[in-house]
Formats: sequence, C-alpha cells, structure tokens
Amino acid sequence: MKLDLDQEKPIFIQIAEGIEDGILTGAFPEESQIPSITEFSVTYKINPATALKGINLLVDEAVVFKKRGVGMFVAKGAIDRLKKKRQDQFYDNYIGRLVDEAKRLNITSDEIIAMIERGFTQ
Amino acid sequence: MSMIEVTDISKTFKDTKALSHVSLKFRENTIYGLLGRNGAGKSTLLNLINNRMFPDSGTITLDGTALTENTSALSRCFLANETNLYPESMKVKEAFRWSREFYPDFDMEQAEKLSALFKLPVKKKIKSLSTGYRSIFRNIVALSVNVPFVFLDEPVLGLDAYHRELFYKVLLEKYTEHPFTAVISTHLIEEAANIIEQVIVIRNGEVIRDESLDELLDSCHCVSGPAAQVDNYIQAKEVIGTKSLGGLKTAFLTGAPDPVLPSGLEISRMDLQTLFIRLTDVPESHSL
Repeated sequence: MKLDLDQEKPIFIQIAEGIEDGILTGAFPEESQIPSITEFSVTYKINPATALKGINLLVDEAVVFKKRGVGMFVAKGAIDRLKKKRQDQFYDNYIGRLVDEAKRLNITSDEIIAMIERGFTQ
Repeated sequence: MSMIEVTDISKTFKDTKALSHVSLKFRENTIYGLLGRNGAGKSTLLNLINNRMFPDSGTITLDGTALTENTSALSRCFLANETNLYPESMKVKEAFRWSREFYPDFDMEQAEKLSALFKLPVKKKIKSLSTGYRSIFRNIVALSVNVPFVFLDEPVLGLDAYHRELFYKVLLEKYTEHPFTAVISTHLIEEAANIIEQVIVIRNGEVIRDESLDELLDSCHCVSGPAAQVDNYIQAKEVIGTKSLGGLKTAFLTGAPDPVLPSGLEISRMDLQTLFIRLTDVPESHSL
C-alpha cells in the first residue's frame, strides 16, 4: 500500500484500496492482523473516522474482519475475493480509459492488441 | 452527549463588527476546522466561547448552562492561543504544575513525554521561549489538560515542518486514544485538511459554511478542458470561480457532477484549500 494520499479520490476509498493492494501484494497476508485505526490515522494524518469508514468498506465485503478487543484481521479467502472484484472492475478501470486515449491518438484496435501482446512477453 | 451551543452572538470593537449573529454547535468528540481569512473573526469567536471576552448579544452554553463567568463549566474547556495566561517569569515545568491546579485531570506524564518528544526546554522561563516553542508549549498543555473541549488558535504558528508533522501525529494519537473535541483554527489548510471532520468557514464575521468535510467536498467539483467547451458547459451552472492557462480552463462548480460529461471535459474533486479560497474570495456584498 502506498504511504501517500492524493486528492483525486475520497480519502476513505484510498485507505480501502491501499489495504486491498497490501493484501494482494502479500504485505498483509490472510489471517494476519492489519494496523489499527490509530496507526492508520497517525501515519496518514487523517481523521480516525475516515480510516474507520475505509476499513468498514472492507468489513462489508468480508475482506477484513474485526476481533473484538484484539484488532482487525485479513479474512481467509480475501485474496480470491479481491481478485474476483478487481477482475470485474478491470474493464471499467482500464479498458475504457485505454480505448478513449487510443481514439484520441488514432491508434487502431489491432495496434493495441499488438502492444498488449508485447507487454505480456516483456 | 456534551455540546457547546453558540446562539446568535455578535461582537463589535469600536466601529468594527467582528462577529455578526453567529450560531454554531460543537458536538462531543469531533475535530472541527475553523477557517477564515485574517480578521474574519475566528480568534474573537474562540475568545468569546472561552470567556476571555464578552459578546454584545447572544448566548454561549455548555450542556444548556451559560459558559459566561461559570468556573465549573469553563474548566471543561481549554483555549490555547497567543495570549499567555502564565506569569512571564514562570518556568515551563512550573507552568505545567500550575495548570494542574486549574485542570485537575491534567496529565503530567503526558506533558513530560510530549516535552521530551518536542525537545521543549522545561527548565526555561516561558518568556525566553522562541515563537515556535511558545506554540509547542501551549499545544502540550492543550493535549495534557484532559478536558472535553479544546480550542487551538493557530497551533502550528512558528512551527517548522518537522514539528508541525509531529504535532498532527500527537494530536491524532491523543484523539484516537482519549477522544475529545478539538476546534482548530489554522491558515495552513492543506496540511490539516484530512484531520478535520467538521468545517466551519467564517467570512467577515459571519458563518458561511458549517458542515462535514465530506458534505462540503461533495457539494462541489471542478470541470476542466478547452476554454470554449468549459464556457459552454458552465452556462447553466452555478460557478464559484474559474482559472485559465492559455486555452485551458478549470471551472469550480457547486452541486454534484453530471454523470456523463461532453467529451473533452474532465471532472476532478475540489480540495478544501481551493474551495476555501473560492468561498472567501468574494466581494462583501456578494452573497453565496
């Protein structure tokens, strides 16, 4: 997860996505404890209510769960759930923007496909 | 739930109207950002709430009891501002002990821990401290008094970047572990923006915004693109400002963004500092 925030998205979403990235890269393995609200709040200099709002998004998706009095943990199966979710979002997040830019630059779909194939071989 | 309620207060100094019919509520365990240009009335408001001045009219109550000259209610509030309430020749360490007389829940251990962290010379006299260390001293007292309502008037005044960062961290540490209400007035909006939960904007002695940061930022957006297209798009919109760079233009609009934009135009979020500048950069007669 990145340790800097930008202004383009609401902060709580950046916190949720940052934790997701951390889970997908293995920085926060399944069943391990994630940092506390206080740690997120102090590290990112954000209101704890914002950190909580971000984490609650992940609790609602069963990616993270709370153990009363102990802290928050990455759920078992979280990686698969996140991969599924990001696969579903892949078209909207990447392909739409890619095609828009390609159209602006007069790049054809054949040329994009060739580039994608090149990307996979590198 | 404890609450401070400011109702219809006005304050005039000689021929200057400092505050005019201000009504506000400060809820328990919330971080407020009190924003306004120089001379907008922020410090006057904080002084009035903390009984350092009297309003010409209006009332200020804590849980329904008037705060004016009410020692027991006032002992639940603390204001850290430029006015030094301690004898000038008093040493920092003595000032901590003195604070405990007025605020029985004063946490000496916390004050000593923070002093070490900021390297505040506790054996020095208050008057010999630099501007930055005077701010640090006030902030340390504010974070050690353990009262439900803490008011911080320009807490980072004279602090270097390292100490400002440290201040926000210790404030958040304290706040998450032992919640209280912090009302912070600051000119350095950008660096405090993510800490604030509720935003109060004062302009020319009047409250023009009083809402949560999320609501405030969701209530406006920016649209950028080629100037002609932007001009065309914003014709029927409520525009609070624009800026241009050559043929490019960004317009600051109120309301939620349209789900679909004409191609060539882009939407971005407004940040608190930009919004603040737009809200307060308006002629006096202009109403928003």
